[in-house]
Amino acid sequence: MLYREALNKAIDEAMEIDKSVVILGEDVGRYGGSYRVSEGLFAKYGKERVIDTPIAELSIVGNAIGMAIAGLRPVAEIMTVNFSLLALDQIINHASKFRYMSGGKLAIPLTVRMPGGVSRQLAAQHSESYETIYASIPGLIVFAASNPNYAYHALKKAIFLNDPVIFLEHELLYNEEGEVDFNEDLDPFKAKVVKEGEDITVISYLKMVKDSLKAIEKIEKSLNITCELIDLNSLRPLDMQTIANSIKKTKRAVIVEEDHKSGGYGAEVCARICEELFYELDAPVLRIAGEDVPIPYNRKLELASIPTPDKITAKIISWAKENGV
Amino acid sequence: MNSARVKEFYYLMKLGREFEIRAKEEYMKGNIAGFLHLDIGQEAVSVGSMKAFMKGDVFTHYREHVLAIARGMDPKLVMAELFGKREGVSKGKGGSMHLFEPKLSFYGGDAIVGGHLPIAVGCAYARKIQGENAGVFAIFGDGASNSGAFFESINIAAAWKLPIIFFLENNYYAIGTHISWVSPFVELYNKVKNYMPAVRINGMDVCEVYEEVMRAKNYIENGLGPYFIEAECYRYEGHSMSDSGQYRSKEELEIFKSKDPIENLRKKALKDGLVEESFFKEADRKAQMEVEEAVQFALRASEPEISELYEDLFCKECSNVVS
Repeated sequence: MLYREALNKAIDEAMEIDKSVVILGEDVGRYGGSYRVSEGLFAKYGKERVIDTPIAELSIVGNAIGMAIAGLRPVAEIMTVNFSLLALDQIINHASKFRYMSGGKLAIPLTVRMPGGVSRQLAAQHSESYETIYASIPGLIVFAASNPNYAYHALKKAIFLNDPVIFLEHELLYNEEGEVDFNEDLDPFKAKVVKEGEDITVISYLKMVKDSLKAIEKIEKSLNITCELIDLNSLRPLDMQTIANSIKKTKRAVIVEEDHKSGGYGAEVCARICEELFYELDAPVLRIAGEDVPIPYNRKLELASIPTPDKITAKIISWAKENGV
Repeated sequence: MNSARVKEFYYLMKLGREFEIRAKEEYMKGNIAGFLHLDIGQEAVSVGSMKAFMKGDVFTHYREHVLAIARGMDPKLVMAELFGKREGVSKGKGGSMHLFEPKLSFYGGDAIVGGHLPIAVGCAYARKIQGENAGVFAIFGDGASNSGAFFESINIAAAWKLPIIFFLENNYYAIGTHISWVSPFVELYNKVKNYMPAVRINGMDVCEVYEEVMRAKNYIENGLGPYFIEAECYRYEGHSMSDSGQYRSKEELEIFKSKDPIENLRKKALKDGLVEESFFKEADRKAQMEVEEAVQFALRASEPEISELYEDLFCKECSNVVS
């Protein structure tokens, strides 16, 4: 099943189960969603539950919060994470704080889906990774879907949680194929060990999981070692237990993210590792991240601005050699 | 207006005024901290609107103590919240600007100017598809009417014919900025005339506020779409306790004080023979007493425990994971 089909199925099933589930966003209805995630839902559920909104992100999320207060379970789609900055006031000042500042009286069962990351030459205002913003906000849950199986299970569960969830997708994953195990009882808050290994722990999320996996194949052959790959899945809360279990075994950690390096999400993961697992480490943590520049249009420059399987491979090999692996 | 109605309006406005005067005193004593925005002078808006709009959902700005009380919130719980106590309506976690009570459909106290408007619009959308025709009442100030959130909200509410009353409390000042410096006109209902019925009323007259909100309520309940009311009013105090109001002339303040909503209702009711003098004396005494009780309750109420710091952040299911 394609990643976008898995997301579609999650929403479709949630809408089928519970009439209070509605979706809203720009082009989600008649058009079918700019990445076809909501395809077919307008015809099936009608315009009251599949709501075409104006291009007004503040209102897309603000309206969704009001719907949540009124007892609906809205799923808002923001076309790309860059546009979510226009809704930041509603997400941060309102959705994340209402339960707390009302002394627990308000619940905001809201899901905000947003695709991001570097796609293909969409330039600076359509190619970003802002997970670090959302993952730093108390009161929010942040899920990041790297594959169809997690996308299906985590989105469906997110819709039925009684708190605001930022659901991050990656634009280059929509047409990725992957198995979905419909019988699995997946815990969306838990990180997943994608591949077991003994010598290095590679921690990643979203599209970089796939790129890291490609890199790991080459690294293992080249160094004759094994690497363990962790897909974080949930960025807030962060599943430190899974990370700790792995690092206690491998003694070495690498973080791979598409986000900018300075203040990027990996900085938090790195800080937590240094704080909590310092004496387990045999080598300094390696951070492989995007460059600190706006994403350029030119393909060569664009690829230079983010990690790629080849760059991940080269950086890990060189770091491993320096640190006596 | 019948006698019972006038008595009710008078009592609630007086209670609101006494509450705010006392809140100011308690602030000076150090029992209340943070930002405290007083409603003194604007009681007609708070009471008239809430008594007309009894059923649907109410979304307010942060100058909302009197709105909350007029909606039916116990002054004790409001005062305890101002004192930051656990017994407060928001367990001491919200304070003066955040008084929420879903049981009263009162979502009061959004302190991001204009930020509650898209939320109110979304709630109105939900009520429409749920078949609840009582709709939504959203109150905001002149400052909010210049924000993007305002214009987005007006547009969406009109495009989707949502059951919502936009109530603009025009007291002319966004903190210290006069509306004429930042808006092409001071009669702000002009901003929305092409979107929905829009009127401007005297917000210093509780009966006029009540009657116009009743009209608006009937309009939205009949599924005709949104309705806009601009009420001209005035706050006698500064924007908050940290504002001495230097930017306004004494003369301007005196003009509006001469239109005082409480005093004028009393005079008019006496003149019309609707209510006898003894009622007002008794009402004044009772209002003071109720506020005194609220203060005593707040003084006796307890401080939250440090262990409550991480409570109320998530639902149970998420809390288990996060902790």
